[in-house]
Amino acid sequence: MSEKEVKNLEEIFEQKIARDEKIEPKDWMPEKYRQTHIRQISQHAHSEIVGMLPEGNWITRAPSLRRKVALLAKVQDEAGHGLYLYSACETLGVSREELYDQLHSGKAKYSSIFNYPTITWADIGAIGWLVDGAAIINQVPLCSTSYGPYARAMIRVCKEESFHQRQGFEIMMTLANGTPEQKEMAQDALNRWWWPSLMMLGPTDAESIHTEQSMKWKLKRKTNDELRQQFIDQTVPQADLIGLTIPDPDLKWNEERGSYDFGEIDWDEFWQVVKGHGPCNRERMNARVSAWEEGTWVRDAAMAYAKKQEDKKLKQAI
Amino acid sequence: MKNNWPLWEVFVRSKNGLEHRHFGSLHAADAEMALENARDVYTRRNEGVSIWVVESKHITASNPDDNGEFFEPAQDKVYRHPTFYDLPDEVKHM
Repeated sequence: MSEKEVKNLEEIFEQKIARDEKIEPKDWMPEKYRQTHIRQISQHAHSEIVGMLPEGNWITRAPSLRRKVALLAKVQDEAGHGLYLYSACETLGVSREELYDQLHSGKAKYSSIFNYPTITWADIGAIGWLVDGAAIINQVPLCSTSYGPYARAMIRVCKEESFHQRQGFEIMMTLANGTPEQKEMAQDALNRWWWPSLMMLGPTDAESIHTEQSMKWKLKRKTNDELRQQFIDQTVPQADLIGLTIPDPDLKWNEERGSYDFGEIDWDEFWQVVKGHGPCNRERMNARVSAWEEGTWVRDAAMAYAKKQEDKKLKQAI
Repeated sequence: MKNNWPLWEVFVRSKNGLEHRHFGSLHAADAEMALENARDVYTRRNEGVSIWVVESKHITASNPDDNGEFFEPAQDKVYRHPTFYDLPDEVKHM
């Protein structure tokens, strides 16, 4: 294809996006659009999959059957969300094996929040309330992103996600209304998860290298800082309601802006965790890689069985 | 041994009276496993009463690059639509 033809196609493509038309798998797209989407959708899928690990830690120790079935259902949902997203990503011409390889070799990233440990039951509450809360804020605008399969996957994800946040908040509320020790446990979890949750919404706009292009492609509809502000404004009154304190001495309502001002985020910590030096990076990857490797014989056996059945059917037909 | 499970497309009828609709795809070793995986992945909240799975390689799709020629024959046939025909205002319900 000549340079002029490509330029022409690019123009048609940009116009389509500007008109809010969706891009579908077999449509022509610029290579950079494809690569950016593979990167973002697969990171998103990896985050869902790795995100099962910190919560899975508490399934066997949930304090009641009610809590246990809810947590189990939530973790199953994360698996489902990972699968919706992997298959959306595969429509861009990358195979599932390549995607797994990228995760297992450390080439692909996943949300760094999952590199923090879940040391008490209250952490399960904090994750649902804060981590899923931040995820929802991130994900809702993606329901109208330009790439069709991604937008459709996100609509399903968002529909299912709101139960996650509610179950987390209910856990926090119950603990906050419980014994002094229980309330302290809830406060401690909030203290540890608050700042990582704010970081989850991504680097500040000034530092975010992908924002401008992503806004143009509607892969992003709001900037990281806007999303973060929205998360804070929505979460602070919820903490007040259950009598917990947000661990930020600089947090203050700003009448003029109609929003909360908040303290400085420790971005060094963020980058340390992104680079692999968080408290659980290694543990998470080990768990993921060994689950994959130890499952090899099961996958092989299933294929061998499928082939045998197929052969049998053929023989009977003759 | 490289033994990757093939890709399947999943179609779900959400209730009787509605058609099966494409819901997404998944990997499975065989058709039976594809059905069970589809149930677990796409109908955890009663989204369906019937599921079809078909191995993705069996689907033949039209090429969007050819959309111009491919769909063009339908474009200039306005007489296939009721609004093409002029009727007196007195005629109701037609």
